[in-house]
Amino acid sequence: MKQAIAHGSGDQIISVRNLSKSYGSFKAVDQLNLDVFYGDVFGFLGPNGAGKSTTIRMLLSLIKPSEGSIKIFGQDLNQHRNTILGKIGCIVEKPDFYKYLSAEKNLHYFAALSGFSASKSKIYEMLELVGLKGREKDKIKGYSHGMKQRLGIAQTLIHNPDLIVLDEPTTGLDPQGIIDIRNLILHLQRDLNKTVFLSSHILSEIELIASRMVIINKGREIVQGEVGTLLNSEELIVSFDFLSLSNARSCLEESPWFQYFIEQKDDKLIFHLSEFQISELNNYFCEHKVGVKAIESKRKLEDYFLKLTSN
Amino acid sequence: MFLRLTWLEIQKIAIRPRSYIGFIAITLVIFLIQLAMWIDGTSYIGFLTQNIEQTFLFEGKVLNGNLICFIILQTLIIQIPLLIALVTGDLISGEAATGTIRLLLTRPVNRTSIVLSKFFAGSLYTLLMLIWLGILALFLSLVVFGPGDLIVLKTDELIILQSGDVLWRFLTALALAYLALTLVGALSMMLSCFSENSIGPIIITMAIIILFTIVGTMEVPVFDKVKPFLFTTHMIVWRNLFESPLPMEQIRTSIYALLGHIVVFMGISIVYFNKKDILS
Repeated sequence: MKQAIAHGSGDQIISVRNLSKSYGSFKAVDQLNLDVFYGDVFGFLGPNGAGKSTTIRMLLSLIKPSEGSIKIFGQDLNQHRNTILGKIGCIVEKPDFYKYLSAEKNLHYFAALSGFSASKSKIYEMLELVGLKGREKDKIKGYSHGMKQRLGIAQTLIHNPDLIVLDEPTTGLDPQGIIDIRNLILHLQRDLNKTVFLSSHILSEIELIASRMVIINKGREIVQGEVGTLLNSEELIVSFDFLSLSNARSCLEESPWFQYFIEQKDDKLIFHLSEFQISELNNYFCEHKVGVKAIESKRKLEDYFLKLTSN
Repeated sequence: MFLRLTWLEIQKIAIRPRSYIGFIAITLVIFLIQLAMWIDGTSYIGFLTQNIEQTFLFEGKVLNGNLICFIILQTLIIQIPLLIALVTGDLISGEAATGTIRLLLTRPVNRTSIVLSKFFAGSLYTLLMLIWLGILALFLSLVVFGPGDLIVLKTDELIILQSGDVLWRFLTALALAYLALTLVGALSMMLSCFSENSIGPIIITMAIIILFTIVGTMEVPVFDKVKPFLFTTHMIVWRNLFESPLPMEQIRTSIYALLGHIVVFMGISIVYFNKKDILS
């Protein structure tokens, strides 16, 4: 049944309307609207102090909103808090555990709090999934930040939730850890039909795995929608590497493409192009017998994010 | 779910090293008092009764298990609130300080249940500590020093309680002390709800108890009117069990006052904790 409504069905798993949170005269979140659909990996972006953590805390009922409504799984969070939270797994900022308990005991404890009696094999399976095999009995006080982060992921999954809220899940992880978490998120979405609400500062990660996203700044929504649609509407910074740079330059200077040229960097020419223009420019060079060795576009989301939030 | 939550809280208390500080401290103090009394108890009793020995002639074994237990209770009952607050004052603020409160409150458990489960777990801890105190102070003293009549020396009177009339008084006194210490637990838990560090509620609890005790014991007329309203006045109700006849009205009033304070402190804790934004 869940399969039927999951992934691309258009049903909202999170619906936030006019959500605000004020501390005195300061508005941490201001009239925010969010629509997260079943099966989404939803990127939640914003600069520091934009109101991301406050929003996430309101979604998890850690903070009471000043105004607005939150519906999760179609139910009002205020009225059905426990039912909703039972189907959510989350990490809020850094995952903190009971230092005097082992990883196994911590997972057992948090599963029990969710009304889920986790068997030892289930706990060990989760710990293996996040790369903590062999450290099950170790007390958390001996864990590094990265290990706690991995345990945090295991904790979000232990009670088999439908919605996973991850606030900066890759903070403190080594490159392999970041790749592992990325693959895990994709596995959760694609293979297990989980919906993932992901806040991260690593924009390349969001760009790689998020299907939809919102960017907020100063508590307000700036833009929200499909990642592909939003990014395709923007121009890219594209560098062309040529077999012969001098031929390329002379060919370019006589063409209308020169207006898109930004600069020469090392042996490459840098252009400001939309996505479809990349192939057109490549064709142009080919037609004029200018050999292109490589084309590289700069990370799109980073530019897009900075452009939207810089003001 | 509530029972499961309480059981989990009990397990958390049981596994923490700080929970055993109180038990170790009580054990050490009791052994120390018993050792001192074993070695030099007669001199100590002589010192206590020197003013009345010219008027009364004591026969039989004055230095007995019942008297040792009474001395231990008089000595320890002032320090035990600190040992209780050490654990109960940390139950909520400790979670905020370590950040685990975020995980705890994002689980499908309502906040009232969390506060109450912590309170009941803390109350059970208090009960166990008092049982341990009772075993060491009463039963061990009776084994080591033997039974006998209990002489209770007060500033203006001397009360002698027959040996057979003492056990129930001690047990009831421990029950009343439990009520008083539960109040300390409720107070420290209430303060714990307001705080985001572990040590603050513990220190404030002790500061309040010390302040109220000073006000309550100072023989200054201006304080007389407030004394009945200080919970510390009612925390020493257990001592009334060693009077004859028993001041039942006073005992009843103190029991109601202690229960009332517990309800108020827990009520404030629940209301505040339910409204609290978790920002830690």
